Amino acid sequence: MAGLDKRVNTYEEALAGLTDGMTVLAGGFGLCGIPENLIAEIRRRRVKGLTVVSNNCGIDGFGLGVLLEKRQIRKMIASYVGENALFERQLLDGELEVELTPQGTLAEKLRAGGAGIPAFYTATGYGTPVAEGKEVREFRGRRYILEEAISGDFAIVKGWKADHFGNVVYRHTAQNFNPVVATAGRITVVEVEEIVEPGELEPSQIHTPGIYVDRVILGHFEKRIEQRTVRA
Amino acid sequence: MALSREQMARRVARELKDGYYVNLGIGIPTLVANHVPEGMDVMLQSENGLLGMGAFPSETEIDADMINAGKQTVTARPGASIFSSAESFAMIRGGHVDLTVLGAFEVDVEGNIASWMIPGKLVKGMGGAMDLVAGADNIIVTMTHASKDGESKLLQRCSLPLTGAGCIRRVLTDLAYLEIDNGAFVLRERAPGVSVEEIVARTAGRLIVPDDVVEMTF
Repeated sequence: MAGLDKRVNTYEEALAGLTDGMTVLAGGFGLCGIPENLIAEIRRRRVKGLTVVSNNCGIDGFGLGVLLEKRQIRKMIASYVGENALFERQLLDGELEVELTPQGTLAEKLRAGGAGIPAFYTATGYGTPVAEGKEVREFRGRRYILEEAISGDFAIVKGWKADHFGNVVYRHTAQNFNPVVATAGRITVVEVEEIVEPGELEPSQIHTPGIYVDRVILGHFEKRIEQRTVRA
Repeated sequence: MALSREQMARRVARELKDGYYVNLGIGIPTLVANHVPEGMDVMLQSENGLLGMGAFPSETEIDADMINAGKQTVTARPGASIFSSAESFAMIRGGHVDLTVLGAFEVDVEGNIASWMIPGKLVKGMGGAMDLVAGADNIIVTMTHASKDGESKLLQRCSLPLTGAGCIRRVLTDLAYLEIDNGAFVLRERAPGVSVEEIVARTAGRLIVPDDVVEMTF
């Protein structure tokens, strides 16, 4: 079973092989379901010139935002800048190359990347700046643009539970981009809150089958809340 | 008087139908959830991967793993389902969402919408808005009729980079409810106490004023 046992013991091992200039795909939506310890390890390793693909870029001081502070990201592919002041400033100053990508297109690019589909047509972005330079084709009277798949050298994923084989389940909306990101990395690393014995996860309930996963590590998570909202 | 944010949400809620699956954007659209008419059941879709968004949590229910697309902590209602971002946008792109309500910076007479950046000044990013406007037939845009400086946001042609082309048919502002048809805004309803003349003065794009413009009541 050793060959299928994906567990590693240290974050150093978890990201072994990550070097300057690589493309890193990161799961998470805002600060929800982000691989926070893997991000911290990227910061610690001081790798530079990264292309990072993630829906957001964290916030100032947490999540992927910490990699902006250290100028480790050369190019960011994301759908939303939002309230991240440093991201917006580096973008407006031209310090950071940014490819703003519609959220659904981004999810589908990653899905396609993991599924061996090189490109797909979508109506999203037709007639907008997103369509510039892209092939347009008409199907059944409507115009679509050609969008290319995304895959990466590393995929970093936050799961809830995983077993030795790298089968993963996610908790609530911390699922978000994690399952598609997990499929699209040449090396996919999943950090989880709990590692369980093989057989404990119900086979039909597994979100990410272990075939997509190369390394699993047990982490401890701060799980910061971005917009704490309660009912009156 | 111009509509309050709550009144705008109440007016939009009148467009809901029993059994609808609805995506509500950030801001005023989110407030629509508070005004679902009595006896009507709608399911709210949040594009981060939640169908069946419930109320905000109590202090003890707060869970960092349970948020909506505005990154606010929420709950899931009975009958909710949770899925990946790819699945979420498959249902949006596939036209399965019955009604989308979202905000904008500008809308024009061709049904174009701009909502995600002001060159050189502000870049919010499009998030899911481009997918939502491309994937839905039934969209309502909510926004103030004019900017803080009094500049109309209902234009002959959008001046900002577009979110979607030719996809908007209905707009609710703080002054009026309008439809977009044949290269013009058509004034259907005016806010209580707001005159047709004021709406005409604050609409830069071609505006058609029918004889039977209704005054909204609340």
